[in-house]
Amino acid sequence: MSAAPRTLLDKIWERHAVVEREDGRTLLYVDRHLIHDGSRRAFEVLGERNLPVSRPDRTFGTPDHYVPTTSRDIAAIDESDRRQMVEAIGRNAAAHGITVFGLDDPRQGIIHVVGPEQGISQPGMVLVCGDSHTSTHGALGALAFGIGASEVSHVLATQTLWQSKPKAMRIAVEGKLAAGVGAKDVILAIIARIGAGGAVGHAVEYAGSAIRGLSMEGRLTVCNMSIEAGARAGMIAPDDSTIAYLRGRPYAPKGAQWDQAVAFWRSLPSDPGARFDREVTLDAAEIAPMMTWGTSPEDAAAITGRVPDPAAIADPERRAAMIKALDYMGLAPGTALDGIKVDRVFIGSCTNSRIEDLRLAAKIAKGRKVTATVHAMVVPGSGLVKRQAEAEGLDRIFTDAGFEWRHAGCSMCVGMNGDLVAPGARSASTSNRNFVGRQGPGARTHLVSPAMAAAAAVTGAFTDVRKLLQG
Amino acid sequence: MEPFIRLDAVAAPMPVPNVDTDQIIPARFLRKSRKDGYGQYLFCDLRFEADGSKKPGFVLNEAPYRGARILVADKNFGCGSSREHAVYALWDYGFRAVIAPSFGDIFFGNSFKNGFLPIVLPAEATAALRGAIQRQPGARMIVDLENQQVVDPDGCSHRFEIDAYRKHCLLNGIDELDFTLARKAAIEAFERSHSKTTPWL
Repeated sequence: MSAAPRTLLDKIWERHAVVEREDGRTLLYVDRHLIHDGSRRAFEVLGERNLPVSRPDRTFGTPDHYVPTTSRDIAAIDESDRRQMVEAIGRNAAAHGITVFGLDDPRQGIIHVVGPEQGISQPGMVLVCGDSHTSTHGALGALAFGIGASEVSHVLATQTLWQSKPKAMRIAVEGKLAAGVGAKDVILAIIARIGAGGAVGHAVEYAGSAIRGLSMEGRLTVCNMSIEAGARAGMIAPDDSTIAYLRGRPYAPKGAQWDQAVAFWRSLPSDPGARFDREVTLDAAEIAPMMTWGTSPEDAAAITGRVPDPAAIADPERRAAMIKALDYMGLAPGTALDGIKVDRVFIGSCTNSRIEDLRLAAKIAKGRKVTATVHAMVVPGSGLVKRQAEAEGLDRIFTDAGFEWRHAGCSMCVGMNGDLVAPGARSASTSNRNFVGRQGPGARTHLVSPAMAAAAAVTGAFTDVRKLLQG
Repeated sequence: MEPFIRLDAVAAPMPVPNVDTDQIIPARFLRKSRKDGYGQYLFCDLRFEADGSKKPGFVLNEAPYRGARILVADKNFGCGSSREHAVYALWDYGFRAVIAPSFGDIFFGNSFKNGFLPIVLPAEATAALRGAIQRQPGARMIVDLENQQVVDPDGCSHRFEIDAYRKHCLLNGIDELDFTLARKAAIEAFERSHSKTTPWL
């Protein structure tokens, strides 16, 4: 008789357990550790304790949070404390023998775009990074999660982490997505359904025909925002799409090792009958283009909907939170979402800055003009995405329409590099967080897909992108 | 790491769900040096107007809650970004424990690395605690880690659960990195067999 059916999570977890304690803590081995320009503090801790990096060969990085998007010159960063963050990763990489794609390297970009693009992120791995959106890499069938600075120094020093095994949750999206509806709408619909804390303590495995039907880039978008539902990790079982995506990438296995790796990857999907602690199912056909109206990613609704009315909420604390959110967002209850005016449009971030995202946005922008009152910009996820987009002429479509075409980085998702939304300005953003002040103090962020962001730019207001796809 | 054993302190209520780490410390302060302390940046945009004056009505600007070391929050506290600075800011301000019905996972983990105690209590219990300290501003509460209980201003105690390993590390101020480095041989043995099964890595 064979062993009990196991989930993808079980299979990866068991292969990486170095020490298991009776109290449930497991010392987990880390296959790949990604670092960025926010990792400075962790290296300081190593320095203070005079510890070497345990496995520099398993560590990869690129500066992304603090890099300018107007120039590739470190010296052009006008604030010295920002410049020092970017310089520190280069210095630490050189000192410890770590591979880092610097600003002068076309492979530089947002770490969660670069990892999959280079084939550094692979199925069956435990992969960590000092950034909450590390859940992105789970799209390849890895267990990937974000960690804090203390844990980054722990991984640098030991290549391991103490963890408690998360519970397993399966979110199935079944059926066919409608035209104009994509991966971003799927994940916003999931978060609206289960809540910003709906998956706390769980690793989510996304499944179902609509998920399997997504491209790898779409899957990366879905897994990216797992953390916005509170999940420890998001993951999708490797399949033909995953293997085709990885083939030939610079850090993917080669030759006989490729065949060996593929055989291993094929063994990873959850066994039939594997038990999940929680299961949720969504009907793909019911998902419309989505946008957020409040200050949490769970405050998402179909573009055909209206700003909700706090008076209809029974729970007094929830009602108070909604009143506060609508006050911050400058929105009256009952307002139709379609038609709300925008000031800024940002197409970029680890959620939506890959080539397919830019193609979707360019399809809407082509032959149209950004509304005169709107400032719109496109920030590719990596130097290689930028190069590919330019080879396809997408940059010309964007600049002809009046978008700014920038260099790769995290940019206006979090504004650490100075790309900020002005106080009170309303932003249509393809990023992942509509938190109070996320894109700058007083900034009013609405999360949307790349196509919806482009539609907002060319119409000057949130618009059901399906109207622009007709004819 | 400073051990956490027992705390008898003023508690401040924060009845807002999904308080994310961008609110706890906005991104623009993450490049500042810890040497100057992050307490001044805690809840910066909630506490201060753009001109630096204190926002009336924010709990930490109200006299009875000055010196609070326990925060009683709502569900999903510390969600969002992995920035450990959120814990540094709470710590540097003077907080040593936060009570909520649920937490962002990464914030929760980061807390223990810094001797800061996040306590999970049911939603009804946290709402009752917030009610008690709102009715009696400046009232003190006790957090007793050894006995895993919170004693509210009315003297009622609420038991909380905590992972035994984390409790042990907090009570004794144990640094996890030292603990792991002592297991270096086990890690190296694991690496040898792991490399054989995934030689392409």
